[in-house]
Amino acid sequence: MTRSSLFAGVALAAGLFAATLASAAELTVGFSQIGSESGWRAAETTVSKMEAEKRGIDLKIADAQQKQENQIKAIRSFIAQGVDAIFLAPVVATGWDSVLEEAKDADIPVVLLDRTIDTKDESLYLTAVTSDTVYEGKVAGEWLAKTVGDKQCNIVELQGTVGSSPAINRKKGFDEAIAAHSNLKIIRSQTGDFTRTKGKEVMESFIKAEGGGKTICAVYAHNDDMQIGAIQAIKEAGLKPGTDILMVSIDAVPDIFKAMADGEANATVELTPNMAGPAFDAVMAYKKDGTVPPKWIQTESALYLPDTAKEEYERRKNLGY
Amino acid sequence: MQASSDPLLDIRGLTKIFPGVKALDGVDFTLRAGEVHALLGENGAGKSTLIKVLTGVHGRDGGEIRLAGAPIEARDAADAQRLGIGTVYQEVNLLPNLTVAENLFMGREPTRFGFTDRRSLRRAAAALLKDYGLSVDPDSTLGDHSVAVQQIVAIARAVDLSGRVLILDEPTASLDAGEVVVLFDVVRGLARRGIGVVFVTHFLDQVFALADRVTVLRNGRLVGTRAIGDLDRLSLVAMMLGRELSAETLKRHRTGRVAAEPFARFEGYGRRAWVQPLDLAIRPGEVVGVAGLLGSGRTETAKLLFGIKEADSGRAVVDGRPVRIASPRVAAALGFGFCPEDRKTEGIVGDLSVRENIVLALQARRGWLKPLSGQESRAIADRFVKLLDIRTSDIEKPIRLLSGGNQQKALLARWLATEPRFLILDEPTRGIDVGAHAEIIRLIERLCDDGLALLVVSSEIEEIVAYADRVAVMRDRRLTGVIEGDGVTVDGIVRAIASEHREAAS
Amino acid sequence: MTLARPFRALPAATPQILTFVLVLLANWAVFPDFFDLRLQDGRLFGSLIDVLNRGAPVAILAVGMTLVIATKGVDLSVGAVMAIAGAVAATLAADGQPLPVILAAALSVGLLCGLWNGLLVAILDIQPIIATLILMVTGRGIAQLVTEGQIVTFTHEGLIAVAGSALLGLPMPVVIALALAGAVAALVRFTALGLLIESIGVNRTASTYAGVDSRSVLLAAYGVSGLCAALAGLIAASDIRGADANNAGLWLELDAILAVVIGGTSLFGGRFSILLSLVGAFVIQAMNTGILLSGYPPEMNLIVKATAIVLILVVQSPAATRLKGFFGPKGGRP
Repeated sequence: MTRSSLFAGVALAAGLFAATLASAAELTVGFSQIGSESGWRAAETTVSKMEAEKRGIDLKIADAQQKQENQIKAIRSFIAQGVDAIFLAPVVATGWDSVLEEAKDADIPVVLLDRTIDTKDESLYLTAVTSDTVYEGKVAGEWLAKTVGDKQCNIVELQGTVGSSPAINRKKGFDEAIAAHSNLKIIRSQTGDFTRTKGKEVMESFIKAEGGGKTICAVYAHNDDMQIGAIQAIKEAGLKPGTDILMVSIDAVPDIFKAMADGEANATVELTPNMAGPAFDAVMAYKKDGTVPPKWIQTESALYLPDTAKEEYERRKNLGY
Repeated sequence: MQASSDPLLDIRGLTKIFPGVKALDGVDFTLRAGEVHALLGENGAGKSTLIKVLTGVHGRDGGEIRLAGAPIEARDAADAQRLGIGTVYQEVNLLPNLTVAENLFMGREPTRFGFTDRRSLRRAAAALLKDYGLSVDPDSTLGDHSVAVQQIVAIARAVDLSGRVLILDEPTASLDAGEVVVLFDVVRGLARRGIGVVFVTHFLDQVFALADRVTVLRNGRLVGTRAIGDLDRLSLVAMMLGRELSAETLKRHRTGRVAAEPFARFEGYGRRAWVQPLDLAIRPGEVVGVAGLLGSGRTETAKLLFGIKEADSGRAVVDGRPVRIASPRVAAALGFGFCPEDRKTEGIVGDLSVRENIVLALQARRGWLKPLSGQESRAIADRFVKLLDIRTSDIEKPIRLLSGGNQQKALLARWLATEPRFLILDEPTRGIDVGAHAEIIRLIERLCDDGLALLVVSSEIEEIVAYADRVAVMRDRRLTGVIEGDGVTVDGIVRAIASEHREAAS
Repeated sequence: MTLARPFRALPAATPQILTFVLVLLANWAVFPDFFDLRLQDGRLFGSLIDVLNRGAPVAILAVGMTLVIATKGVDLSVGAVMAIAGAVAATLAADGQPLPVILAAALSVGLLCGLWNGLLVAILDIQPIIATLILMVTGRGIAQLVTEGQIVTFTHEGLIAVAGSALLGLPMPVVIALALAGAVAALVRFTALGLLIESIGVNRTASTYAGVDSRSVLLAAYGVSGLCAALAGLIAASDIRGADANNAGLWLELDAILAVVIGGTSLFGGRFSILLSLVGAFVIQAMNTGILLSGYPPEMNLIVKATAIVLILVVQSPAATRLKGFFGPKGGRP
């Protein structure tokens, strides 16, 4: 062996060592995402990638196209790859026990994002990061109560898809918040299926049913998309949304900030797409010194008002909503 | 056949009125146990209506039906079946994609623990089939069998379900001679067991071969009921038509001249797994008959020439120009016309009116951008209704409501409206009553005299002899020879077909 | 077909017209101001107008669907094609393209989708329900690709006017739906297309044997259906000033099929009436609007709608028609 080749060998070994060190420091996380059925979901994926990058985490995302079997396949493949943690945004609540046991046997912590699962064995997952949809409704209701004060106020409500949990919970939270205020009354409530088209159609009928909209004081929509539809319906009826009728909704998608900046909406409550951030932090702490996070990490439900609408719009418009 | 004299089925003064038509007018009919009773009449005479009222498909407007002395009123076909009246139609009403056994016991399968017990199903089916001298595998798919076997399966099912009266509505229309013999043995056996059989047919030979008594209807009225021994052929036809159709029908009336140059010439024309390459030329003013046994490739030849199946060998020359006949549309554009054998599924467009059916081919040829005006299409339809004596109360009536003979005439009209030069007729007289039969034969001759070239496929050799100038004989999907001139006789054709068989055997 | 047809069809249309009137009266019963109309910014404003305006997309789908169903087919892809056309239009509008370019692009895409369906059905002989299922499933994916999974919004005045403007007080979607139905009805009745479509629908084999160019006619029917879907998609996108690939036209294929059925066209093909399908579409929307106006809890929506539809179909069923024969001077069909 010549000197030069020996030197080359050492250099190579050093390089290999450095590479091993780096991968030990950096975590690999597999994320079984439901799909991209809504703008919010797309934003969640984008934000997850950004949060991973910020922390130097290698994030592998598997899009399940709304199918549980795809998610189970993805989890098994993550286990086979030996990832450090698995994030799961479960498409349905049941049927996860056996695959999560496989993860547990492989000693890979699982974090539930955005939705929870039904299981008797809570040890199957490390923690669940979700928003509190009841609380979101409550924030919206409290804002409205405060804004209206003692005035009499007839509210119309655009519900989400009948029977869906966000629709049930956001209604519940809102009802709780206004229960104490006898001057606030929901006079009409219909489903707009979380879509702009239906939101607009339902709002049109509300306006007709309530004397051309003159008796409506506020619109509470379970998501911003329906609210955007409602804003158009109100404008077409010759009224001014945001001025003649107070507009409050939930989600904080970019378009509602645009509407707020134009004075056509009054408030939105954020359903943050950043579920992955807190989840990464929990996993990193757990990996570092075994800190066990609480079983439920609740994301914040911040209220946004027109004063910050412009900046918020700019900040969000590229998140993939 | 020991027919008892007490009526099994007794119908008195049966009346049925459709809007504008008295389809049955006080008809009496009696059926004894153990007899085969032929029900005859031209199309529109009321045979089908009588059967439909009897089996509960239609309600009745007057009269009484007694079965073994008790008045009955079937609400629907299933009800009639429960009462003891089973019906087998010309088109087998079974499910071709199920097995023979499943068809026999459909709706009443033997079960074990709530599931079909396949073994006892098979055993019961085999036993039932044996009664009918049928040696087919109960587990085979019904559709794989010949129409005759399917027909017998249908009879077996109907008798097994009902067991007192069996109605056979033109059961032999799609059978060949050998199959008819088998079917008749089955029917005679049933009569011996005491079942009353009502037999509707157009074939007079079969009436004489099988029936004990005959009832004739005409225009919804009873003409009479006779024992078969009291009748000869001529008097029976006279009862049916009210006029005499003699050998006159089958005599040649042709006067026109056959052109020397062929309109269409096919050379080595064939298609793999369809028809072997054949040579054939058709001249204006001549009728070429196509004869052969069932399955010999008669219909396949007709479909090949009309472009329904495109040829993959040989060439076609029309008017001296080589052509490629890739589709019926191309054939129609060349002046061809085709009346298919299976009128119901390939010929008529049932829900459309008589008028629309008549103008369809003409309209298709003109293209969708050049519609016939309402006035034009009515004029065309009216003209052909008169010319061909198509019996319909209204040209806007859906064509499916017409009798078979009138449907056939309307199909002829569809092509005549396009002023064709070459007509291909596949079994033009099948399932058509005696009167219309004769008319269609007259029509073929008339068309030929007008200079049309015709190719007529028929299983009725007498008929072919009556109008054909030349006869192409088919066997095993091959054109084996063309008989012409004095050779065109029943004997000659039968011999040709038979000699082919000898040749095949040697 | 003939000039006489539309007039002859009038008595046959009675059940549909009657149904529409009854649904409107029911709406009036639950909401007394139902028939109130006023002018608002140069366009009529009122619940009746909402029925027409909201019903326009389904009415437009029903026009194409009628032709397809008359050929004994069905087009399940129209909802997805709406999403694709909407996505294309919104993306181009967000890009600032002129209206003619947007319209041409969206309609061409719709026509292409329709011809694709026609190709599968007419040339490859795939059953219509399967053939169009392919695009129903993939179409929404294609729309998502076009919008990159986002709701693409726009402020393009031209495109907004497609659903947002008015003519003679009527919202533009209503004008478009009526004009389209009139044009297509004229197309099939003043040419022979109607006869050929019905003929193929009743018996494709027999029609082909009669020399009818079944393939071209089928291609035309599915092509028109695709075109109609694109038009409906344009209106839907224009209406919300954005393209929502996930939700645009979702399940509307079923409403369109129902509209055609209420309009009296048989799913087994054959006789059809475009104008009655239009009535069918407005019957459905009148029910939807009535439910929204009634103030019933949303959990009742589907039950009320289903009950009403069952009633309508029972009243229009052949059995009921026969029953009427006992009472009326004229029995249903001969």
